[in-house]
Amino acid sequence: MQKYSIFNLVKNAFSNHENWDLAWKDPTPKEEYDVVIIGGGGHGLATAYYLAKEHNITKVAIIEKGWIGGGNVGRNTTIIRSNYMHDENGLFSEFGMDLWRKMSQDLNYNVMFSPRGIINLAHSDAQMNAYARRGNSMRLNGIDAVLLNREQVKEIIPMADFSENVRFPIFGGLMQPSAGTARHDAVAWGYARQADSMGVDIIQNCEVIGFDVSAGKIKGIRTSRGNIKAKKIGLCVAGSTNILAEKLNMTLPIETHLLQACVSEPVKPVLDSVVTFGAGHFYVSQSDKGEMVMGGDLDGYNSYAQRGNLPTLQHVLTEGIAMMPFLSKLKMLRTWGGIMDMSMDGSPIIDKTHIEGLYLNCGWCYGGFKATPASGWTFAHTIAQDRVHELNAGYSLNRFSTGNLIDEKGLGTKTWIS
Amino acid sequence: MLYINCPHCGMRSQNEFSYGGDASVKRPELNKEVSDQEWDDFVYNRKSLRGKHLELWQHISGCRQWIKVERDTATHEIFRTFKADEEVA
Repeated sequence: MQKYSIFNLVKNAFSNHENWDLAWKDPTPKEEYDVVIIGGGGHGLATAYYLAKEHNITKVAIIEKGWIGGGNVGRNTTIIRSNYMHDENGLFSEFGMDLWRKMSQDLNYNVMFSPRGIINLAHSDAQMNAYARRGNSMRLNGIDAVLLNREQVKEIIPMADFSENVRFPIFGGLMQPSAGTARHDAVAWGYARQADSMGVDIIQNCEVIGFDVSAGKIKGIRTSRGNIKAKKIGLCVAGSTNILAEKLNMTLPIETHLLQACVSEPVKPVLDSVVTFGAGHFYVSQSDKGEMVMGGDLDGYNSYAQRGNLPTLQHVLTEGIAMMPFLSKLKMLRTWGGIMDMSMDGSPIIDKTHIEGLYLNCGWCYGGFKATPASGWTFAHTIAQDRVHELNAGYSLNRFSTGNLIDEKGLGTKTWIS
Repeated sequence: MLYINCPHCGMRSQNEFSYGGDASVKRPELNKEVSDQEWDDFVYNRKSLRGKHLELWQHISGCRQWIKVERDTATHEIFRTFKADEEVA
């Protein structure tokens, strides 16, 4: 594989950049693989990469119905954080933060990781207390957390509404300075390029039609491009999890819901951190191009549509304008939607299943992007070793029947309310 | 914008409604032995169908009645609506 470097950039300039290698190949599916990963999104590509890199398993195929990186890894708002209170979520995400910091070097691909900090705003004394508690939990798990008072928040985001007579005045906030953003497409492409270079077959435009299971053991898959035998199969299909589960006669604690995001026209630099509104559900950051990247609530009903409706967008942006009134002056550039695998406790599932050789990675709700490296790393471990790693032990499928829920927000099973 | 035909009030915009989830989920009979699996299926496990989906909505800014809506989860098309106690064939 050609290394991406300043020297190669200069060298290729002499041939008008016409002689670069393809970043990944377009192979025909082989008859058999050791591991087949279904889903060529961030998590699937990362899983294949870590299978090859950490476990030396390279007879691997990624099966993708559309094109790689066309789902949620290309549709999110690029936020990376580990500001969780529960140990399972905190330790898992913080492990991921380490992988994020090294990712550009590791993948030889600039993922533009920008640790600009995230601030969750508080709008009452009670919320400040809750944030102090969460911040303390984070620090006990080795995650950086700073409780900011109103004046400190004002120094960082003076453009927010700090007037006294608003419905939700800003009391302060909880900041994770090491959180940030990254270029989402680059993450998918970086993992794809490295996985491909280590021998992984990336097979696009290939839809899974069914599974071959006999005597409780997975044997292979039937696809639109023929049958593929596999010893082990990993599902990384986010919002399409229930569709594939149905083909396996499995019903999962997952519902598929619609989440929208939007960007404004690009403006000059105004916001150098990620900010979330604490009295509703709205978050905003500014991209390197200058666009304000915004998102918030789910549309609120089961959907596979990958496009949303205006009432939710209006609701979300009303919160945004309450928090930062200048946003009302901006024109909207694009809005889009993605489909989320909402789990019943808001936490993901990375586990084995009752079918031998079939592994499950789902339930990321709307926090999947930041989890990409940690999810790929632990899922690769789970598949390669046929046992969960201690980092994803809590993300078990049977935690719902055993009562070991990881309900970070305490919202219960109404997935569409979160 | 979705438009939902409330069986009590007529056609209204989605802004007047709140969602209540899969209407096909049935609470297990409590006067007989309920297995862990049955309870699990009732509380957590969902089919989350792609296509026709029967679901509960509440006309929260209208008559406040719960209703059933048959809607396509891929196209958002709404086919039929029912009163909460109506059996859907």
